[in-house]
Amino acid sequence: MTCKKTYEEINEKIRQGEAVVVTAEEVIGIVEEKGYERAAKEIDVVTTGTFGPMCSSGAFINFGHSNPRIKMKKVWLNGVEAYAGIAAVDAYLGAAQLPDTDPENKVYPGRFSYGGGHVIHDLVAGKEIRLEATAYGTDCYPNKKVDTIITLNDVNEAFIFNPRNAYQNYNCAVNLGDRTLYTYMGILKPHLGNASYATAGQLSPLLNDPYYKTLGIGTRIFLGGGIGYVAWNGTQHHPNVLRGENGVPMATAGTLSVIGDLKQMDPNWLVGLSYIGYGATMAVGIGIPIPILDEEILRYTAVKDEDIYCPIVDYNEGYPYSKPIDLGLANFKALKSGKIIINGKEIKTTSQSSYPRARIIAATLKQWIQDGTFELIRPVAPIPSAEADIEFKSIPERSVEGFFLNGNGRD
Amino acid sequence: MKNKVVLYFSAAQSEQPIIYRLVKNYDLVVNILKADINPQKQGYLVVEMEGEKDKYQEGISFLKGLGVIVESLSETVVWQEDVCIQCGACASFCPTEALEINRETMEISFNNSKCVVCGMCLDCCPTRAITLHFDIRGLV
Ligand code: SF4
Ligand code: SF4
Repeated sequence: MTCKKTYEEINEKIRQGEAVVVTAEEVIGIVEEKGYERAAKEIDVVTTGTFGPMCSSGAFINFGHSNPRIKMKKVWLNGVEAYAGIAAVDAYLGAAQLPDTDPENKVYPGRFSYGGGHVIHDLVAGKEIRLEATAYGTDCYPNKKVDTIITLNDVNEAFIFNPRNAYQNYNCAVNLGDRTLYTYMGILKPHLGNASYATAGQLSPLLNDPYYKTLGIGTRIFLGGGIGYVAWNGTQHHPNVLRGENGVPMATAGTLSVIGDLKQMDPNWLVGLSYIGYGATMAVGIGIPIPILDEEILRYTAVKDEDIYCPIVDYNEGYPYSKPIDLGLANFKALKSGKIIINGKEIKTTSQSSYPRARIIAATLKQWIQDGTFELIRPVAPIPSAEADIEFKSIPERSVEGFFLNGNGRD
Repeated sequence: MKNKVVLYFSAAQSEQPIIYRLVKNYDLVVNILKADINPQKQGYLVVEMEGEKDKYQEGISFLKGLGVIVESLSETVVWQEDVCIQCGACASFCPTEALEINRETMEISFNNSKCVVCGMCLDCCPTRAITLHFDIRGLV
């Protein structure tokens, strides 16, 4: 008989302290030992994790009012501007935002020592942050300037809202050119000097539920060391790509938009990053529990690094100028071994996501569920999967006469 | 030849145009990397000096003749384990495997005795967990 479980049955087991929870790494060995059918019966939840740079991240903050009140037009936190084009004392601080005074790439490659991600990290760490705001003044909001010091405790609300996190798969970046490149995939040495890769592979959330069968809008997750929720699919969510027999995409595919209260998060899991020559960003820790509703779901969670492939992409011309240069696929197990072969040449690999930290996230989430402090949530709505006909668009280039130059027309 | 050295000097020496003489009389390219001179005009300079071998040696003799203490700069690389997020990005840039990933656990470790202070790892660390320290002793 095939085994079926519901969210409610699994949650009841969690409440009783009887749920069998394993990480996406542990499940591999269990399946090898017991087979899919028995493993599916015995295991209730598989926990996943990923910790790496996720530029499309940020926080909404409501500062509360000054006296007299202010309708902030521009806001800076430690010199990093937050978007204030919403209500009076609300703002959105983006992880990749730089201070107005940052020299950027004027002295190339720029250092990008501090940015929005660093501010968010400092806020969560309880540090004092300089808040500056300017305004034009209205009858209801007469104040024109604020310059003070705040901490996370002083603001009304602060919640992470990341439009695109947890990329299902990612490019393996190389450099076919003859100068060093400074990219969001780190330093790429010329003439295929190294191959840079991201994601946590077999531990990565969306690689363990490749068709998003158990996770959707409302799914409760580990976010930044605290609890968060899946808010929507992420931006650039593009599920209908080439997939292997195991359902795992062989290109960048699904993404998630996530939300959670910053005040219960932990600075260890929201870390500001500086990519030389590229910019500032933030490493975000995300872990998603996968309920083993049936054997099919269990099969997905048993995915191994050797079953995961990602496209090798040239960042000299291929990526920046969208030139199709076929360099084949890289296997995740090979990437993690430290060397891959491209065009017959052995190339050192450079990792950008933290596998040890991903493992800690999966283990932490497992602990929370075993302790009964974290129950699963059945999604209130699904996110589009492989059968959805999502087209991946780029900006239309229109001439003054109204012709589309790059074939990307609007219907 | 090219070397980084630390010059320790006292008030009497700092009155003299030392750098000017090194450039003018010994044809050296002198690049000041760090300087710390107190109000009593004692202190040190960390300089990179480049020039022909003979001239370089003569320049050093000139400094010593003035009573300046010249020491080759010892730089050390410090890996701040608590700042490191274990991303592994630095390992493939390290020529000596001083920074190395354990392929079983994927954890990175730093072995100071293997480090040749080439500086390759400094730029690629996104958390700036790896820093270069000049080893400067107290004022003489
Ligand atoms: S300075 Fe050079 S040798 Fe030392 S750890 Fe960094 S890359 Fe390795
Ligand atoms: S690049 Fe920096 S953060 Fe990443 S493993 Fe090396 S020392 Fe740690």
